[in-house]
Amino acid sequence: MATHEIILAGFGGQGILFAGKLLAYCGMVSDKELSWLPSYGPEMRGGTCNCHVILSDEPVSSPLITKPTILFAMNQPSLEKFEGKVAPGGFIIYDSSLIASGVTRTDVTGVALPATQLAHEMNESKLANMILMGSLIKHTGIIDIETVKKALTKVVPAKKPELYDVNLNCILKGMEN
Amino acid sequence: MEEKVLMKGNEALARAAIEAGCRFFFGYPITPQTEVAAYMAKQMPKIGGTFLQAESEVAAINMVYGAAGAGARVLTSSSSPGVSLKSEGISYIAGSDLPCVICNIVRGGPGLGGIQPAQSDYFQATKGGGHGDYHMIVLAPCSVQEMVNLVKEAFDLADYYRMPVMIMGDGMLGQMMEPVSFGSYKSSKELAEKTWATTGTKLERKRNIINSLYITPEELEKLVVERYKKYDTIIESEARSEEYMCEDADIIIAAYGTIARVSKTAIKRARDKGLKVGLIRPITLWPFDKKPFEKYSEKVKSFLTVEMSMGQMIEDVKLAVSGKAPVEFYGRTGGMIPTPEEILEKLENMMGGER
Amino acid sequence: MATFKRPHSLTDITLHYCPGCNHGIVHRLVAETIDELGIEGTTVGVAPVGCAVFAYNYFECDMQEAAHGRAPAVATGIKRVNPDNVVFTYQGDGDLAAIGTAETVHAAARGENITVIFINNAIYGMTGGQMAPTTLPGQVTQTSPYGRDVQTQGYPLKICEMLSTLDGVALAERCAVNNIKNITETKKAIKKAFQNQIDKKGFSIIEVLSTCPTNWGLSPVEALKWLEENMIPYYPLGVYKDKDGDK
Ligand SMILES: Cc1ncc(C[n+]2csc(CCOP(=O)(O)OP(=O)(O)O)c2C)c(N)n1
Ligand code: SF4
Repeated sequence: MATHEIILAGFGGQGILFAGKLLAYCGMVSDKELSWLPSYGPEMRGGTCNCHVILSDEPVSSPLITKPTILFAMNQPSLEKFEGKVAPGGFIIYDSSLIASGVTRTDVTGVALPATQLAHEMNESKLANMILMGSLIKHTGIIDIETVKKALTKVVPAKKPELYDVNLNCILKGMEN
Repeated sequence: MEEKVLMKGNEALARAAIEAGCRFFFGYPITPQTEVAAYMAKQMPKIGGTFLQAESEVAAINMVYGAAGAGARVLTSSSSPGVSLKSEGISYIAGSDLPCVICNIVRGGPGLGGIQPAQSDYFQATKGGGHGDYHMIVLAPCSVQEMVNLVKEAFDLADYYRMPVMIMGDGMLGQMMEPVSFGSYKSSKELAEKTWATTGTKLERKRNIINSLYITPEELEKLVVERYKKYDTIIESEARSEEYMCEDADIIIAAYGTIARVSKTAIKRARDKGLKVGLIRPITLWPFDKKPFEKYSEKVKSFLTVEMSMGQMIEDVKLAVSGKAPVEFYGRTGGMIPTPEEILEKLENMMGGER
Repeated sequence: MATFKRPHSLTDITLHYCPGCNHGIVHRLVAETIDELGIEGTTVGVAPVGCAVFAYNYFECDMQEAAHGRAPAVATGIKRVNPDNVVFTYQGDGDLAAIGTAETVHAAARGENITVIFINNAIYGMTGGQMAPTTLPGQVTQTSPYGRDVQTQGYPLKICEMLSTLDGVALAERCAVNNIKNITETKKAIKKAFQNQIDKKGFSIIEVLSTCPTNWGLSPVEALKWLEENMIPYYPLGVYKDKDGDK
């Protein structure tokens, strides 16, 4: 594994921090160096929310990402804010149910997935984040599904084990796309 | 190797304190460190400890004074505006030679300021804050793991030297999660029994008095001078810093806490471009570790202090460099974080026409 | 009350409060009062530290922002410089009844001729839901995760009851804005509290029981129900002190 610098961004309530945590735990269960840095404060109340996750073989220097190698965008403002910052050759995945425009840069790979729509179809309207995550995993190959499964057991609250299957199904759904 | 857990800096701070035997926490909510109190509120009742949300930071620090005087390991944590309120109490704690640990998860100021990460309380932490001739030991971790290690050690240093120790973090360190292992706690110092504590004489010993009032100036002066001898010992034996790629450096960055890590990223990129840059990262802010600066001041072309403030630590860097090399500054403030690109640009400007 | 025009004393900036939060209603009542008494030009407000921290953006009159809990002291300074101005503070329960208790009690004891609007939502909203001095026994918050235990965390402060014992207090009344009838009552009380100041009667405080759906973890409708079933029984509405009346 090289170093993956991932910015996840969207509205508060879309499960951005949760998706970031899942990636962080993927790093944990595969013994990588990592950091997870959330935005915080009142801005989170209904506003935008983002989180920086670094997975690497080397100790993480700056936990703050200025040139992401991967962008995971769940709303229009997030794509607009971060698209220009993605490192050349980087990867952008976004929820095309909520983002009308697309990726305009030609030096990065852009993948569109109507994650929110798919989530509605599955009756899991709150799990568009996991569907998008599934697709991200498939397209980038930064982690394998077995790692994701192990990580998922760590992020699902112990009191609600039933959420494991629900989340996993959405990830698998995303991997089909 | 012991298993690692993924934890926020704030929570790791709280857990480390508990592992170091702290059973008393007094605090008042403030962003961005509320997770410390939330963790303590959950855990302390389970282990027979005390979590108490005070009515203000003024009350909280005076609860700390009382509990420390009664011989307990005690912690309080806050962020900038709250630490200003605690400053009176910290002065009394220092003036009464009481051990305790105070955490400041710094945010932008002055006044209500903002809630994003900052380092603009350096002066407050290292040069006073409260009134009178006193110091606290100030420790500045740069990662969640170092947070854990230093919090544990902070309690030992506090007890050993009988003085307040401050942990200085910032919102970024408090909020971010990293893998961390706790290991087992073993005191880093040989600690004497707290025979001075007000635990009740049980009619078996002379009474103990915790106090900072000395009405005769001769007596007060003598006491303060004694305390400064202790400070000299601390300056001698506790000053600490990390050096990174300094050996061949033309420019050495001085930065502490999370911004030292951002600087490391800038240094790697600078080295990729052929610029020889290194880093001195003070770990103790007081005492300030002058030695590495003295060591390199005649070797480097210049120093660059990088801070999340308008420039506070730079004064200590200049004192340490003592005019032997230029000391430049790059900083952002108000909750803005210098990026590796910005630091790199500054470095390139400093190298100027030479390349 | 039938008019839904924005009061002149309220700016056109969009309020930042969460859906179902009562702060917005009380802002409106204060602004209507300022309009109706024709005092916009002489009123100076003091904003707290709490969710209402941005109140200085919302009232069309002069405003000062105080440090956490210090609004009554700041208001005292403003009032002493221009005694003919109308000075009000707008404070939450953490601000007024925890860190600022001393300032509150002493402004009241001095009979400081100011108006205090006190939003009691039984929690710290701004910082994400910690225990407030007014948190009910047994109520779960971030810092009372096992429910407020009165053995170790003490009892809630009943501010109107406490302040009603002080000679300097002209009016201490507790209201709520959970239904039209109570909103009308609250409006009357706020207006009286401002009129008292104009008539130089001394310290007036209006406590408004208020919802915080976000940190109570309830929907706006559930929050109103929770307020009616839990807060009003513990904090009975009514006039606790009125120098004019018999209380
Ligand atoms: C000295 C100081 N301590 C703590 C804080 C953090 N703080 C901001 S708002 C607040 C409490 C707000 O609660 P409340 O007064 O009940 O108002 P609400 O947000 O519920 O409207 C606290 C503790 C601060 N800004 N300054
Ligand atoms: S957090 Fe609570 S008090 Fe604050 S705006 Fe939201 S609902 Fe209102």
